[in-house]
Formats: sequence, C-alpha cells, structure tokens
Amino acid sequence: MQVKEFKVKWGMAIDIDKCTGCGACMVACQAENNLSPIEDASNKIKVMNWLVVYELSNKKPFPEHDVAYLPRPCQQCGTPPCVSVCPVIATDKNEEGGIVSQIYPRCIGCRYCMAACPYHARYFNWLDPVWPEGMEKALTPDVSVRPRGVVEKCTFCHHRFMQAKDKAIVEGRDPEALADGDYVTSCTEACPNGAIVFGDLNNPDHQVYHLARSKYASRLLERLHADTQVYYISRREWVRRQLDNYLDNEKVKG
Amino acid sequence: MEKNYSLPADHDLFPEGAQRCSLLKFMIWMGLVGVVAAWGLYAAYKVLSTGLGVTGLDDYFGFGLWITFDLAVIALGAGAFFTGLLRYILNIDPLKNIINLTVIVGFICYSGAMLILVLDVGQPIRAWFGYWHANVHSMLTEVIFCITCYLIVLIIEYVPLILEQKQLNRNPLLHHIAHNLHVMMPLFAGIGAFLSTFHQGSLGGMYGVLFARPYVFREGFFVWPWTFFLFVISAVGSGPVFTVLIATIMEKMTGKKLVSWEIKSLMGKIAGSMLFVYLIFKFMDTYGWINTILPNAGLTFEQNFYGNIYGQWLLWTELGLCGVLPCIILLVPSLRNNPALFYSAALLDCIGVTINRYVFTVQALAMPVMPFDSWETYAPNWAEWGSSALVVAYGAIVLSLSYRYLPVFPQEKKLNATKA
Repeated sequence: MQVKEFKVKWGMAIDIDKCTGCGACMVACQAENNLSPIEDASNKIKVMNWLVVYELSNKKPFPEHDVAYLPRPCQQCGTPPCVSVCPVIATDKNEEGGIVSQIYPRCIGCRYCMAACPYHARYFNWLDPVWPEGMEKALTPDVSVRPRGVVEKCTFCHHRFMQAKDKAIVEGRDPEALADGDYVTSCTEACPNGAIVFGDLNNPDHQVYHLARSKYASRLLERLHADTQVYYISRREWVRRQLDNYLDNEKVKG
Repeated sequence: MEKNYSLPADHDLFPEGAQRCSLLKFMIWMGLVGVVAAWGLYAAYKVLSTGLGVTGLDDYFGFGLWITFDLAVIALGAGAFFTGLLRYILNIDPLKNIINLTVIVGFICYSGAMLILVLDVGQPIRAWFGYWHANVHSMLTEVIFCITCYLIVLIIEYVPLILEQKQLNRNPLLHHIAHNLHVMMPLFAGIGAFLSTFHQGSLGGMYGVLFARPYVFREGFFVWPWTFFLFVISAVGSGPVFTVLIATIMEKMTGKKLVSWEIKSLMGKIAGSMLFVYLIFKFMDTYGWINTILPNAGLTFEQNFYGNIYGQWLLWTELGLCGVLPCIILLVPSLRNNPALFYSAALLDCIGVTINRYVFTVQALAMPVMPFDSWETYAPNWAEWGSSALVVAYGAIVLSLSYRYLPVFPQEKKLNATKA
C-alpha cells in the first residue's frame, strides 16, 4: 500500500521511560478538545478519551517486576486503516502535515473505522454530550462539539495548527514552515516530564526529527505497515518488545 | 349467493382452492407475534430517542449482535438470488415450486437488515451520504449500493406475487402488471444475482480489507480479498436450505404439505454442492491464514482464541460439525433422503454460516492487536435482542400474511389433495 507523503509531517516522539502515568496528558486533552464528561464512567471501554495511558508490565515477579506507561493518541497513520474503509469520506488524510481528519457533520456513525483501527484510537458518541451547568462556559471556542452518533478521535489539536499558521501569517513568516514549538498539542504542553515531544518529522530543525531516528525509537505495530507518525522511545528491551507482536524466535528492534 | 358460515370470515381473500385456519386463530397468532414486535418497537424507540448508549456496544465492539444478525440473515436470505438465478437464468424448472418463498424470505431478510441498520447507524438521517459522498474505495460503499438496489429488485420480484392475490388479480390493470412483471422476471433475476453476489462478497470484503486486524485480514485477487469470495459461496451454500427450513416450519405450523420432498431434496443438493466448494476454499484460506497472515503479523494461531467465549471450539464447530458433516449429509443421496438427517444438516449448515459471520464480526474485535492490550468480551443487551426480535416478528408477520392470502406455494393444492 502506498504511503501518502507530505512536505511537513506532524508527529510525536513519546519517551516511555520518562512517562510516570500521571494522566495529565489525558486531562489536558479532554479539556482542550471539549470531551464531555459522562455520568457513568465505570465501563472503561465506553468512555471517551482521545488519548489513553496504557500500563505495560513485564509480568515478572518482584524484584524483577517493572512497569511502563504508554500514552496512546491517534497514531496518524501514513496508510490509515480507517480512511480507506469510511463509506462517506468522513475521514481523510490529504492535508499538508499528514493529520488524519474527522469530519463530524459527514460521519454517519457506522463505526467501520473503529473496527479497522487496531489502536482503539477512535471513539463513538454513544449518548448526547452533556456538560454540568457552568462547565459549558469553559469550552474551547475553536473546537467544535460533537453530537451523539458520530465517531471522533485525536486530531493532534488541529485547531492549534490553524492558530500557529494564522500567527505566522500575521507575523510575516511562512505558515508552511513553522518553527519547532510554534505548534504543539495540549498533551505535549501538559506533560510535566517532557515525555512527549511534538513537531515536524521531516524537519531536521525540529527535535522530534532526531528523536524519531533514535535506535530506541519504534512505532506501534510496525509490521502491520500502517506507517504511523507517533514514535515511542524506550531503552528497556521488554518495553520495545511490547510495541509490536513478535514470534518467540524473533529479535526485538533496537 | 348463500354464505357458508363454516369457512373463515376472510376466505374470499384466500388463494384459489386453498384452506386456511379460522380468522380468530390467525388473529391470536398475529397477536402473539405482535407482543414480540411491541417489545422490539420499544427497544427501537429507546435506541433512537436516547442513542446507542442504551445498547451493550462499546468502543471495542462497535459491531455486535446487530451486524452479526444482519450478515447472517443476508447470507441465509441468499436463497432468493441463487434460486432465482438457477430458476430463471439456468432454467432449472422444478425450482418454480419454491421460488416464491425464496423471494419472500429474501425480501424479509434484506428489509429486516435495513431496519436493523437504521438503528445501528449513529446518524440514520445521513444514510443517504453513502450515495452522495460515496467513497469508492470502501467495501461498505459497495454494500450500501448493492443492498439498497437489491432490495428494490426484491420488491419488484415480490410485487407480482401480491398482485396475484385472488381479489386484486380480478382488476385487469393489476393482472396485466403482474403478468408483465413475470415475463420480465429473468431480467430482474439476473440483476438480482449480480447485485447480490457483489454485496454478499463486499460484506466479506469489508473484513478482509482490514489489514490492521490480522484475525480477519486476507490477501486476495485484484481489489477483492479472499473473504469476498468465501462470503458469496458460503451464502449460496446455506441460503437454499434456510428457505427449505422455513417452508418446513410453515408446514408444521399449518399442518399442510407445501413443498414436495423432491424440491426440498433438490435445494439440499444445491446447497450441499455449494457448501462442498466453499469448504475446499475455506480450508485453503484457513491454512493460508495460519501460515502466512498470522506469522507476518507476529502472531501464532493460538493467540487468536481466548477462553471458552472465543475458543477454538467455535472454529472447529464451524468447519466440522456445521461444515463437513452437513456437506456429507446433503451430498450423499441416501443420507439426504432421510428427513431427520436432512433437516439436521440444513440446520447445522445455517448455524455454521452464522458462526462464521459472528466470529468475523465479534471475535475479530475482541482480539487485542496491541500486545499490551487485553481480550475484551461482548454480550448484547436487551435493546439489541429486542430490536432483533422485532425483525424476526416482522418476518413472521410478512410470511403469515403472505401464506394466508397469496398464492405462494404452487404445489399446495395438489399435495394436500393427494393426502386427502
């Protein structure tokens, strides 16, 4: 399958060894992207979270026991399994920057994209979004709220991309060549440890360019050839081994 | 003319020479079915008014009972297009004795599937986007196109049967419309076969193209993954016997012979032959999946199964007990002509295709692809069962009305006269 290439490719490098699993990225994402709280959040696979922190374990007893935390935003695949399957082109990958879009007023809510995505990065609005009284005043004005019956997902805070481009235009800079840090996602900003680094994967002036090329960097489920734009870094081999499926006789990358 | 009060009140509407139960008995039956339908309507109302949050579906199981139900009834409804193809295009004349029933069953299955989809889709009012903003690369677009067009074909095939109702047929215009539609039926049978083949296939293709889901992903031919062809053949390998089972249930309920044994046996032989072809390809496909797709994804065969709920027993039941066994029974004349064995084989065949659709829909989603993720389980709740029961009740109503008032079974008069 052909990977769609872009001049600018927004991506992330997430250092798993720096992540403490505090969940600040999840909270920042929820607030920034107008995710409504739900009344009964006891069923964790029916709760809206564009970004989820997974706990990984080496499954060894003490004292070898070790855990790691893996924040999972939308991986913004180069060959997105979700895009080709959508019957109504409500999701696409055709904008400079390589962010997989989601067009809420177009989505018919068939959830085929959710079945296609192995990362579980897509979420369905099972009920009407309701904000506790007063909380609606704190909604991000640049992010549209979604009705029930449509699918949504992490957009790499696309509205921040638009704002960064607007700012560059106003300041007389090239909006297609944003500097490192001009545009970052809310989870990147919220991470207290700097575990998430965001930028242009094609631009050597951006930190993420170098991090993604680290020998400890690999992507989730690489052998499925989705060619994702999120890189995970870990110096621990057991962690890297859990980033993809390996047969017993296969060696882990890095 | 003197009235015969021993006949049911609505006997003037019955097909020529046919005997039916009393209107009261019929109304009691319809009332019972109506109770189920009312429960289903309530479930449907809750889903449409509150949202899909009232179902047992979640973000791991975007597809569940409804999609399984849809795929199963569409596969089982394949008796309509395949029998139509054999009867009108290949001129297998004896099939005229069951073709009406296959059309009605097909119509019920497809329109029922549409009803379910209205509930299953989050934004049913946008359903027409499938045409307006069509993504030609999506298998689901092909499904939307073919399924809606084929339902229209089924309606066209069903209409002449309705117009042949004794009283309606007295109207010259309706009589001629029915007659002319019959003359044109080979054309519609051909269109129906084309459309149905493609959407049965694209339903399978829907799963086969999911390259990031190794449980269902398949290589294929041109734009079609192998599941495209497997779904077509498995549908024609089970649809004909499903129609026979429906006919037999109707016979048991009405106490009349409706379709001769020869026709049932012929349908069984057709299904058995197609099931044989299917099983050859299915075993080849399973072998290829285990030895190519899975190792390429870094997975072993065992990793595709979990506990009892998604255990290997499902695969072996589908392939062995509900595949090889019914195939042998349906193909060997001495076994096929034993009614008990024949009906058991027909039932197993239908269960097999249902298991196949279930595992492709649900087990595929239950299985974790990310190594640190876990297996999840899915159980439909009352809202999903209720609305599925609504479709079954709807089918029972359509079949009951059709049987009572329309000339569905050409052999009925002869078979029951002989018996008497």
